[in-house]
Amino acid sequence: MDNLFSRKYVLQGIFIVLALVLIGKLFYMQVLSDKYFLLSNNNVLKKIYTFPARGVIFDRKGKVLVQNEPVYDLLVIPNQVKEFDTLEFCNLIGIDMPGFRKRFHKATVQSRYQPSTFEKQLSVQTYAALQEKLSRFPGFFVQGRTVRHYPDSVAGQFFGYVKEVTQKDIDDNDGYYRPGDYIGKAGVEKQYNDALRGERGVINMLYDARNVPQGSYLEGKFDTLAKSGEKVVSSLDIDIQKLGEQLMTNKVGSIVAIEPSTGEVLAFVSSPGYDPNRMVGRQQGNNYMDIFGQPNRPFLVRPISGYYSPGSSFKPLDDLIALQEGVITPDMTFNCPGVYWAGNHPVKCEHVDGNISLRRGLARSCNVYACHVFQKLMTQSRFKNQKQAYDEWQAKVRKFGLGQKLDIDMPFERKGTLFTSDQYTKRFGKYWQYTTVISLAIGQGEMSATPLQMANIMAIIANKGYYIKPHLIKSIGDRKVIKKDYVQKNYVDVDAAHFEPVIDGMQDAVNAPWGTANASRIPNIMMCGKTGTVQNPHGKNHSVFIGFAPRDNPKIAIAVIVENAGYGGTYAAPIASYLTEKYLTGTISAGRAEKAEAMKKISALPELPKPKIKVLPKNADSAGKQPSVPATAPQSNTALNTKNTAATP
Amino acid sequence: MINPQQSNRFFFNVDWVTILIYIALCAVGFVNIYASKYNPEISDVFNFNSNYGKQLIFIGSGLILGFSILLMDAKFFSIFAPVIYGITMFLLLVVLVVGRNVGGNQAWIPLGSFRLQPSEFAKFGTALLLARYISSFNPKLTNLKSILIAAAIILLPMALIMLQPDAGSTLVFLSFMFPLYREGLPGYLLVIFWGAVVLFILNLYLQPVILISSILILGGLFVYFNRKKMQRMIMITVITISAIGYLFVAKILFEKVLQPHQRTRIELILGLKTDPKGAGYNVNQSKIAIGSGQVLGRGFLLGTQTKYGYVPEQSTDFIFSTIGEEWGFAGCFVVIGLYVFLLVRVVNIAERQRSVFSRVYGYSMACIIFFHVFINIGMAIGLMPVIGIPLPLISYGGSSLWSFTVLIFIFLKLDSNRMGFI
Repeated sequence: MDNLFSRKYVLQGIFIVLALVLIGKLFYMQVLSDKYFLLSNNNVLKKIYTFPARGVIFDRKGKVLVQNEPVYDLLVIPNQVKEFDTLEFCNLIGIDMPGFRKRFHKATVQSRYQPSTFEKQLSVQTYAALQEKLSRFPGFFVQGRTVRHYPDSVAGQFFGYVKEVTQKDIDDNDGYYRPGDYIGKAGVEKQYNDALRGERGVINMLYDARNVPQGSYLEGKFDTLAKSGEKVVSSLDIDIQKLGEQLMTNKVGSIVAIEPSTGEVLAFVSSPGYDPNRMVGRQQGNNYMDIFGQPNRPFLVRPISGYYSPGSSFKPLDDLIALQEGVITPDMTFNCPGVYWAGNHPVKCEHVDGNISLRRGLARSCNVYACHVFQKLMTQSRFKNQKQAYDEWQAKVRKFGLGQKLDIDMPFERKGTLFTSDQYTKRFGKYWQYTTVISLAIGQGEMSATPLQMANIMAIIANKGYYIKPHLIKSIGDRKVIKKDYVQKNYVDVDAAHFEPVIDGMQDAVNAPWGTANASRIPNIMMCGKTGTVQNPHGKNHSVFIGFAPRDNPKIAIAVIVENAGYGGTYAAPIASYLTEKYLTGTISAGRAEKAEAMKKISALPELPKPKIKVLPKNADSAGKQPSVPATAPQSNTALNTKNTAATP
Repeated sequence: MINPQQSNRFFFNVDWVTILIYIALCAVGFVNIYASKYNPEISDVFNFNSNYGKQLIFIGSGLILGFSILLMDAKFFSIFAPVIYGITMFLLLVVLVVGRNVGGNQAWIPLGSFRLQPSEFAKFGTALLLARYISSFNPKLTNLKSILIAAAIILLPMALIMLQPDAGSTLVFLSFMFPLYREGLPGYLLVIFWGAVVLFILNLYLQPVILISSILILGGLFVYFNRKKMQRMIMITVITISAIGYLFVAKILFEKVLQPHQRTRIELILGLKTDPKGAGYNVNQSKIAIGSGQVLGRGFLLGTQTKYGYVPEQSTDFIFSTIGEEWGFAGCFVVIGLYVFLLVRVVNIAERQRSVFSRVYGYSMACIIFFHVFINIGMAIGLMPVIGIPLPLISYGGSSLWSFTVLIFIFLKLDSNRMGFI
């Protein structure tokens, strides 16, 4: 022992302090922080996703409407790419050299060690050609997935389309989606996306430091298989849907057919339409722009977002309210001198009927009768004033589904127009009265409805007092789930007894020799209906027909609108009759089939607005070319251009 | 009291606790080398072509070597210390001529299928001669001549190893400073030395203007508080000026003398550069592996970073990352605990020696081992620069294992003979 003995403690102290420094840092790294644990998983764990097939969609008879077709995404891991014949490669997948370089650069920037998509959705044929030679292109591989295929090429607006997710979709869905996933963007694909999309499968693969796969993590304990989307049964009848689209060829408008007892939509035609198959595959973007640029807006889903004045087709509804209110009886007559004077404003009829009752008034679509009914409703003595009467009335109209959304299972539904008294006061000032808004009596003026709402009114009349919310999907999945809303009856508070006289009138409109749609009578089937010829600011009158059939135990309620085509009896009524007959009997009877074929060929496209292009001589092309004007659509029946007061043939 | 028969008996007075810790650390080494080299297709423990099989041979032969040392006469080591030192210095010269260059360092002499690393053996050669010098003449380590001679004994192998150039092994010899301190080297010399190291690092971190002005302010303050004592004022002024002069020398040293890769490593460790895919890759991956072990580790053979080769040089310099990943904080704590327990014990044992030789040797050995442990683990967790020195008894490698075995067993022999004369 010497006097330096105590220095031992200095050394031992240094040992212990420095060891504690190490332990402190280890404690931080291993116990307090999970940063390194996450980083280590980043190192070795790579999630490989398998894409599910989207759910198959059937029509009401079990026919496949949408199926899945395999396509192949070409992926690349840049650091595994070795020299290869790029020209051959480009030819195989159909791109050029600058395109190749652009894609390869993009993939390299994304990651040199991780797979990134090189080219999307190679067809089976391209894949087959490529697969044989894939070994010559190290670093490239394919990943299978499926895209939609629509065998019938119809009902584009009904189906909507599927697209790769955008960053916004990813942000809006709490991280459910990853880049490269697909999402429904419109139509049923959007509305039922959650059911249709299925579940992504995931394989947790372990990779070593050289990026060589080392098998699955924990024997695949956390791996999942891709689960196909649920199958969805649509309420559409693809046969009449197809017929409807054919009949509407070269016409602009919409057809909605509903099964009254269930609210199921049988046909959902929006014209012009587009082939849903064009919205699939590598050309989707180009096709989208092409369709978007076409005249008459093919992407507009007319059955639920097209606004039309109901016109004369509104009359049965007004009559029902009047009967329920007791202001008219079926036998009450009004005198029709061919015009009704609302103050100094005439509402004309196209005929002089003399004393006319409910049944005949409907069959002949008498404007004067309708105006008298409206007058009676607005001038009931039980109301303090006409505004109160009007509000009571519009509330009753609203019960029929006008002026409000029907909650159909389709995005972009609009509610139509139906004013309250306040809105009128705002527009006309304090002193308006029923004569001011007399146009409502004949379904014009401040009133618009979608084709779906019109068809739904027919379903209400067919059901004699209630409707079930119209819907396009009957059931989801194997358990046939159906939304509770879609079995509930919505009553319109009109007694069933009041429907009979109205239905009588509608029966005559089609079946009596004096009916407006007599030419569209279906042999052996009692169809009840109502034509409409709707004034509109865009050009010729819209041709409208609403109806249901057969009279007893109705199976189909229908609304047909052909824009700017003329009389309701000329276009809309025959189209409705062909569809109804086809639906009820499976065929179109002899003699009428030829007329249906002819209807398919008739073109009734509205005149396009003249493009407003100013020709500036200074800026014009030196060669003296005229600025190109889009070809206007062919016009077949310009003679029928009647633009007078509410025409009621 | 002196009983020659007793002293010659094989395990007489041997400190069994140290031997147990030695064996425990060797076992930890084997288990973790096995894990870091594990291949599910060849899981034979006695596969002597694999690193872990070889390590088993090294451990076995190490034990034989150790026990043969116990058989020798304790006096041998003090008597032959200059010879052993001479031989190891000679080998350090030989390696510069016939050595094989591995990874930029000409540190290995090829011997059949093995490679001998003379710098490992130079450690105990130096320890022996230093102990002999301090014990034999009983020099006062406060006078300059003795300090210079002791420094020369240490600096010779450092210079030779630096020629390889193996900075890591060179720095190990700095640990001899502490046994000298125990034997009387003035404490201020240590303070000056480590102060220089700290200034060196600050020099890289801070702007010269800031550093110099803060040294001047600090010096000025000290002068002000000692304004009544002329001697101190002069001393502080001298220190301040030489510190500033040192800064310039250090800057030149760093930029001109150090190898580019060493410079990069130091810069990375000080956080002056970030480059997770370049030179910092090893450290980054090692930290990830260790940190991912969390409290109890992923379990034996279950470390993903280990299994899939994410940490380079894992069985040698970065063996601690395997311990950290598979055994977690608990495992790390136990291993560090074993070392600290061993070294504190060695210091205590050294203090109970009658002979100065044994005591100096014991201190030298404890400090060398601790230096290795601290630097090696420190670099694995990103506290220290990557200078590539092994974790004693655990890292894969025959030279290193044998060198530490010899180092420890010579001390055990000396201790077992503490009642006799050396």
